[in-house]
Amino acid sequence: MKTKLSFRRKAVNAVMLSITGIFTMLAVGLLFFILGYLFVQGGFSLNWNFFTKLPAPVGESGGGMANALLGSAKVLLLATCIGVPIGFLAGIYLAEYAPPAFASTVRFVTDLLNGVPSIVVGIFAYAIIVQGIRVGFSTLAGGVALGVMMIPIALRSTEEFLMAVPGSLREGAMALGATKSRTIATVVVPAAIRGLISGMMLNLARVAGETAPLLFTALGNQFWSPGWRQPTATLPAMIYEYAKAPYEDWHRQAWAAGFVLLTLVLLVNITARSIVARGFAHKSR
Amino acid sequence: MATATFPRARPARRASVFRRMFSADSLARAGVFLCATAILALTALLLWELWRNSALARARFGFNFLTSSNWDPVAGDFGALPYIFGTVVTSAVGLALAIPFGVGAAIFLAELAPAKLSDAMTFLIELLAAVPSVIFGLIGIFVLVPLLNRVVPGLKEAFGFLPIFSGPFYGVSLLSAGVVLSVMVAPYIISVSREVLLAVPRDMREAALALGATRWETTWHVVVPYARRGIMGSVFLALARALGETMAVTMVVGNTPQIAKSLLAPGYSIAAVIANEFAEATTDLHRSSLTELGLVLFGLTIVLNAAARLLILATGKRAGQ
Amino acid sequence: MTPQMSPDTVNRMPNEAVEAAQPATTGEQPKLRSCKLNFYYGSFQALHDISLDIHANKVTALIGPSGCGKSTFLRTLNRMNETVKGSRAEGEILLDSENILEMEVSQLRRRVGMVFQRPNPFPKSIFDNVAYGPGINNMVRKSEMAERVERSLRRAALWDEVKDKLHKSAFDLSGGQQQRLCIARALAVDPEVLLLDEPCSALDPIATAKIEELLFQIKDACTLVIVTHNMQQAARVADNTGFFLMGRLIEFDNTDVIFKNPKMKATEDYITGRFG
Repeated sequence: MKTKLSFRRKAVNAVMLSITGIFTMLAVGLLFFILGYLFVQGGFSLNWNFFTKLPAPVGESGGGMANALLGSAKVLLLATCIGVPIGFLAGIYLAEYAPPAFASTVRFVTDLLNGVPSIVVGIFAYAIIVQGIRVGFSTLAGGVALGVMMIPIALRSTEEFLMAVPGSLREGAMALGATKSRTIATVVVPAAIRGLISGMMLNLARVAGETAPLLFTALGNQFWSPGWRQPTATLPAMIYEYAKAPYEDWHRQAWAAGFVLLTLVLLVNITARSIVARGFAHKSR
Repeated sequence: MATATFPRARPARRASVFRRMFSADSLARAGVFLCATAILALTALLLWELWRNSALARARFGFNFLTSSNWDPVAGDFGALPYIFGTVVTSAVGLALAIPFGVGAAIFLAELAPAKLSDAMTFLIELLAAVPSVIFGLIGIFVLVPLLNRVVPGLKEAFGFLPIFSGPFYGVSLLSAGVVLSVMVAPYIISVSREVLLAVPRDMREAALALGATRWETTWHVVVPYARRGIMGSVFLALARALGETMAVTMVVGNTPQIAKSLLAPGYSIAAVIANEFAEATTDLHRSSLTELGLVLFGLTIVLNAAARLLILATGKRAGQ
Repeated sequence: MTPQMSPDTVNRMPNEAVEAAQPATTGEQPKLRSCKLNFYYGSFQALHDISLDIHANKVTALIGPSGCGKSTFLRTLNRMNETVKGSRAEGEILLDSENILEMEVSQLRRRVGMVFQRPNPFPKSIFDNVAYGPGINNMVRKSEMAERVERSLRRAALWDEVKDKLHKSAFDLSGGQQQRLCIARALAVDPEVLLLDEPCSALDPIATAKIEELLFQIKDACTLVIVTHNMQQAARVADNTGFFLMGRLIEFDNTDVIFKNPKMKATEDYITGRFG
């Protein structure tokens, strides 16, 4: 009897542990599968045309996504100019100046903003830019939507990394006659710079892949989009358009674009994480 | 002990009030304070715009908006039920698949894998969370749907008597969307659950092992129940994400506003319909209805995020006692 | 008999004891003088009626058991404890007859520098650490900065050890070297007074000896106030010593007098190790 029970328990143990191991392998494998599949389907379609030519009319080959690449770059640049300064400076306020009650309020509201689904942020950008100030579908609207999404993460990561700087550094600077703002600018922020940059990179990578809010802010464009007030093609939106369509050639380009997008996002992620990891090792004295 | 009398202290030169107010230091402080309040103002503006732009629909339909299944842009009648249904069902399916998978992987990573391997694998799994939604959609259309087309006939043979597996299957369906969602939210469950499992105090495990329990029994009967609240918190977090997922869902769900009893039927979700119809909506009422849908979605995610936070905190507190 | 040093005992000490707590002066104006200084953290009174004179170009040591207020007092001299919310000072502290409590605080801290208990170099290069103070206070032209950095590092007896690696990170230095770097950094702004808050407590005996030695050299150009829990250090280094107990200044006199012939019983008990 005893031996039988033992055997059953051992078997259950072995089986369940193996299953969890398999699940983990699957999860890890999935990442490689996605990357590999995109590479195979799209990597080989990458050519000079892809990066330099405009989309060709249906049926013609040789088209590319140059306008989408540029459009994404413009939208992301605008988003960064909106999201990062506000988030960063507000983060400084929370970490260095704010009375606790006000700080909690700001944090709470920021978490609320962070929880807004991206499509709803798109509705907001539509309401104030496309409709509100009557700019219409535009790079500006897309940039505002993504910029609003960047603010909460910029704030939280700034606050986290600034608070990690030891108080003794602040004291050292102030004892030399530095004012509080001088101390923050010349000692605290430089001390936290690794984490701050890493946080901004992760933030950027996250919004770079966002498609939903762009569908009715930046909309899309077959051609180049001059300035900031015209609708523009963006890489994720193009992937969506092309994937939906019934044309083989467009599917190929969607894969290629997907591969480019994924590679960029993953590269930025990996770089951002390695900056912080190395930084901590360096400072542990 | 006589001390010399010293002249009365001269009042030190103090910068005038004006100079102190506009000194670089106080301007800097004012500047960062403004940015903090800007965030408060921005959020208030966002909420207000949502409220304002949905006013037309709310006035026209009232609560019927949430219970009607008729979505007719031409006739100007809008009911949200199919979308709410689709959102809930796809998320439920997604979670039903992701929870066992995610918690299982988290258990392996927290309890069984050696530390370095665990860290490396967790790093890779967290990268999975960084993959854009539209990429999952691509894989969904071109890999998952054909795969399901091959697997589902077999499923129907075995389980076709169940209403949820009845009816024809065309590839795009609530089930397909559910599967894609499960893959997308699993990394969140894995990452957070792993952390709460790691936070369970060591002596609990040792107590069980010392009584002769196997590794699995220790984990399943002692560690996981202790971390139960935190794990549930991760589930709520994942659910909040799943509800808001747009691109991957719209690419594989079929985009058909209907309430079906079978998972194999196509459906629609709140985020998907907004994504597809907003740019082309011609009437104010149409846009207003879509905005109201967005408001409903936002409300759901707020509640879930709050619940998640409370639950994760609850486990943290217990561990600290 | 071991005296019970309760607050009551201290409170019942005759006032003359406190007034007598001044060393014989030469009639010169003291560099720093505190007049009936009271200091509060919120509702807790940390310092009671502290009156003492710090004399120029001398080393003044502040001793006493943990929590007696000596560090608190030190930090009022450059208003560093203003960073604690809810703190307030009553009374006067005069730097060359100007009340520091009414001065512009950045200016004050340029004139009254501080070295902390644990070395706290900035995560910058050695050169940039020393150049920081003069840089933000706009004290020298860029072309003269290197010379000033060298001078400060020489005064801190660190130049020879770092002259070949000025652009390396300050964290590459040992604990004792980092503390000397912090001293160099403080000296770089040419302070009139240098406050040292238990500067050697985190260091080994050899590093400690090096720092004590350089204090003798610095005091010619600078007035030093040092808080220490190590009585032997005070005896070695200081010209005048003040004994603090429970937020009060019990006795203040030449170091010789304090250690060989203290006037107050409490001082004698502390010196001989009966408590503390």
